[in-house]
Amino acid sequence: MDVSILDVRKDFDRFPALHGVSLEIRSGELVALLGPSGSGKTTLLRLIAGLEFPTEGCIRFGEDDASTRSVQERNVGFVFQSYALFRHMTVLDNIAFGLRVRPRASRPPRRAIRARALELLDLVQLPGLEGRFPSQLSGGQRQRVALARALAIEPRILLLDEPFGALDAKVRKELRRWLRDLHDSTGHTTVFVTHDQEEALELADRVVVMSQGRIEQVGTPDEIYDAPNSPFVYGFIGESSALPVEVDDGEVRTADRPTGLRVEGLEGPATLFFRPRDVDIVEGAGPSIAGVAVAVRRREDGRRVELEVGPARHRVEVELPLGRRVVTGERLGLRPRRWKLFSADDPARSVDWATAGAGAAAAAAGPLPLALERQ
Amino acid sequence: MAAEVASVERAAAIARVRAATTESRGGRLALIAVAVAFLALFLLLPLAAVFTEALRQGLGAYLAALAEPDALAAIRLTLIVAAIAVPLNLLFGLAAAWAIAKFEFPGKALLTTLIDLPFSVSPVISGLIYVLLFGAGSALGPWLQRHGVEILFATPGIVLATLFVTFPFVARELIPLMQEQGTTDEEAALSLGASGWQTFLRVTLPNVKWGLLYGVLLCNARAMGEFGAVSVVSGHIRGLTDTMPLHVEILYNEYNFVAAFAVASLLALLALLTLVLKALLELRFDGRSGAGH
Repeated sequence: MDVSILDVRKDFDRFPALHGVSLEIRSGELVALLGPSGSGKTTLLRLIAGLEFPTEGCIRFGEDDASTRSVQERNVGFVFQSYALFRHMTVLDNIAFGLRVRPRASRPPRRAIRARALELLDLVQLPGLEGRFPSQLSGGQRQRVALARALAIEPRILLLDEPFGALDAKVRKELRRWLRDLHDSTGHTTVFVTHDQEEALELADRVVVMSQGRIEQVGTPDEIYDAPNSPFVYGFIGESSALPVEVDDGEVRTADRPTGLRVEGLEGPATLFFRPRDVDIVEGAGPSIAGVAVAVRRREDGRRVELEVGPARHRVEVELPLGRRVVTGERLGLRPRRWKLFSADDPARSVDWATAGAGAAAAAAGPLPLALERQ
Repeated sequence: MAAEVASVERAAAIARVRAATTESRGGRLALIAVAVAFLALFLLLPLAAVFTEALRQGLGAYLAALAEPDALAAIRLTLIVAAIAVPLNLLFGLAAAWAIAKFEFPGKALLTTLIDLPFSVSPVISGLIYVLLFGAGSALGPWLQRHGVEILFATPGIVLATLFVTFPFVARELIPLMQEQGTTDEEAALSLGASGWQTFLRVTLPNVKWGLLYGVLLCNARAMGEFGAVSVVSGHIRGLTDTMPLHVEILYNEYNFVAAFAVASLLALLALLTLVLKALLELRFDGRSGAGH
């Protein structure tokens, strides 16, 4: 089932939770809504489900305008963060609930309902637990029962609100893989909400990054990680360092020193983003980002160095190979290999290492051999 | 051996830690003794007195006092009043608790406060409200009289006063329970295709059933035992508008102690029964959180 969200706005008591969000979800896709708390991701999920109604805009399921339909009519499977299992019912009764409340005309016979519920219990790998009550199950088991209950109504789409939020790390990893397998075998269009980027990047076909009621970026995990299109996404996804810079006649300068980076098409104040690993050390006196190491920490396969740059002491983090020894107080010259520059006046204007002018590439190529390979 | 010593030492250490939050042995005993003495003096002794007075002239006199026509009329009226007031307050209480716990609407805080009004107002005032509303001197009084509607000094007035006084019990019991449970269970039921009515019957009601029963029990005990408000609106017509508590007072004032205490003993039995049922329900409450049903 394709889902189209068209320019949807949602206000709660005149406080805007979503401002004009549009999104296309393709049939059979596994989509993650990722963002910090308050970004509107759960609101968007509840709007798709019909648990909330948009203040403006429209939601389509295929060709069908779903935004005027009630939650019952939408036929979506919703898995709540707290699972919301019915505590006075057994596992079997919970799973069968959606079939038993159907009107007589469309309700399967009792035996068929029971058989279907047991079949789903097998699917979620909990055979034999049909007689238990929710309070007798572990968190991971409850999660699976909630999923089986949502699947029982043969939903057009499956919506999961922070599906692994309340579980411990080990169970979370297991369930994550299991949910991916389940999605691949049942083929449901699935949307899940998470604030955990690792979960989103590992599980989803496409990730929707949200912030402050807006969609910042939609893309595959590769696109989101390798080509963040806004300062927020760069900062939110993965580790990154940000440094205020000034572009003067194509030359990127920080703290009144040239960094050795050149760009075209962007002038004035800007913010330079790069990943801690995507950095080379510039030995000697060439143009570079100069900083003083204030903290050095050992990581599994590198050395994490915190630097203070310029008189304003901006902190940036870089990761250097183990062979390069660094002591606290040492002055280091750095040059990012992969980076992106966002204009401070208009963050929509940006340049990155791949699209920077040819001149920039030549300038960057110069002192590079000096860098890391020596050890 | 070493492990045993260690475990004994550990237990002693835990006991010492516990001691920090507990009174000394003497202090504990004194507190318990005070509590037990108070209970015995102010609760158990009067209860025992009611039954001994009622049975002072033997079981025969006791039963004869209860079989007396005026006593039977009082018992009947009390049962009728409770049979009307309790179901109505069950419905009102459920509706009010539902509205307060599950919806946001303007005036919610005011409604929450109003629910407590019968508790904060003296029962006599509660009765007087109805006298002022429906009495001969009121605006409505003459109109009611012309149309032959009897409210004051008749069963309807007693029912109204009882309704007012017993209104908070069910609502007060349910509001915190429903607030704690939130609305996700209902949302889950709706998303699975259940109608509003199915959601209420299959999810909401079972979730609160023990709390609801408890509230009804307390409401019933009060409905049968209410004196002040009912006394104001009843008019004390023997055999007609006397409820059990009013009847007890009349008999007592006539120095008919055996009969007075005999009727009183029925009310006392009701109180005991309520307490026993309440204790059983609380056991279910506790069991439910562990066993899930």
